[in-house]
Amino acid sequence: MTMLIITPLADTLPSDTGSGYVAAAYIVFAVILLIYVVIMAIRLTRVERRLHELRTREVPPPPQEEPPNRQARERETV
Amino acid sequence: MRVPSSSVPSLRTLSIATVVAMGVAFGLVFFYAPIELEEGFLQKIFYLHVPLAIVSLCGFVSGGLMAIAHLRTRDSRWDLRSYVTIHMSLIFGVAVLLTGSIWARGSWGHWWVWSEPTLVSYLIVFLLYATYQPLRFAIEDPERQARYASVFAIVAGAFVPLNFLAVRLSTSYLHPRVLGGSSNLPGPMRLTFLVSLAAIALLFVTLCSYELTAKRTRIMLKSRSRILGYR
Repeated sequence: MTMLIITPLADTLPSDTGSGYVAAAYIVFAVILLIYVVIMAIRLTRVERRLHELRTREVPPPPQEEPPNRQARERETV
Repeated sequence: MRVPSSSVPSLRTLSIATVVAMGVAFGLVFFYAPIELEEGFLQKIFYLHVPLAIVSLCGFVSGGLMAIAHLRTRDSRWDLRSYVTIHMSLIFGVAVLLTGSIWARGSWGHWWVWSEPTLVSYLIVFLLYATYQPLRFAIEDPERQARYASVFAIVAGAFVPLNFLAVRLSTSYLHPRVLGGSSNLPGPMRLTFLVSLAAIALLFVTLCSYELTAKRTRIMLKSRSRILGYR
């Protein structure tokens, strides 16, 4: 039974020196993803902090002008 | 202020699907796909490098299509989608260039081969899109910024398939062909490649969704801060 599993797996295991390059490529991919996730986490932490500030501050009297509609809001710089 | 609740379950579902797909893909790459006779174990890089390249190029073209939708409808949400798609394609592009260089070093003994059309053409596309963000953020007026960025995205998006075709039609074929008429991938390798492609495409969509949600939240927050009279 074990041989039935191991024999096909043996064809997929490294048998040459290319394994270092393969590991490097997959690690590079993982590192890029990790950097992206860290940047995203930092940004979201900033948003959360700002949101907390807004919640804790006293709400001023309602503004005179009409709030901008959804289109106008999303037209801001990204 | 809350993030639209409908986007939260879909993000969660997408994330779980992506993790599962990536796990299955990497499992197939290392425990199912046989070792290629010529390249040896080094060929395993292709299950990562080629899907990344395909997905990033499709992302650039999609960014152009979304830019067309923006110019047609004047709906700024399409501009935001176009921006996020191109931004994510650039990140994937960095991964393509790095993994490709690692493969070239292992296979050809050089980190970069300037006479190889596929490598150089991808670099040209990448550098072209690298100018997208400086161009975009050099314009202060949001309306003009969105319009100019859309025009750029459309022109550059049209350049991507033309560039791809030019390379395909060129006579020197140093770069291995994975898909197309000359492809001779056996069944297990083809299945592994297709699963990897699906997993990378899913990862792209998931990351774009996260980025879009984060951007929308920041825009809403800025808007609320202004309404409340804060800086």
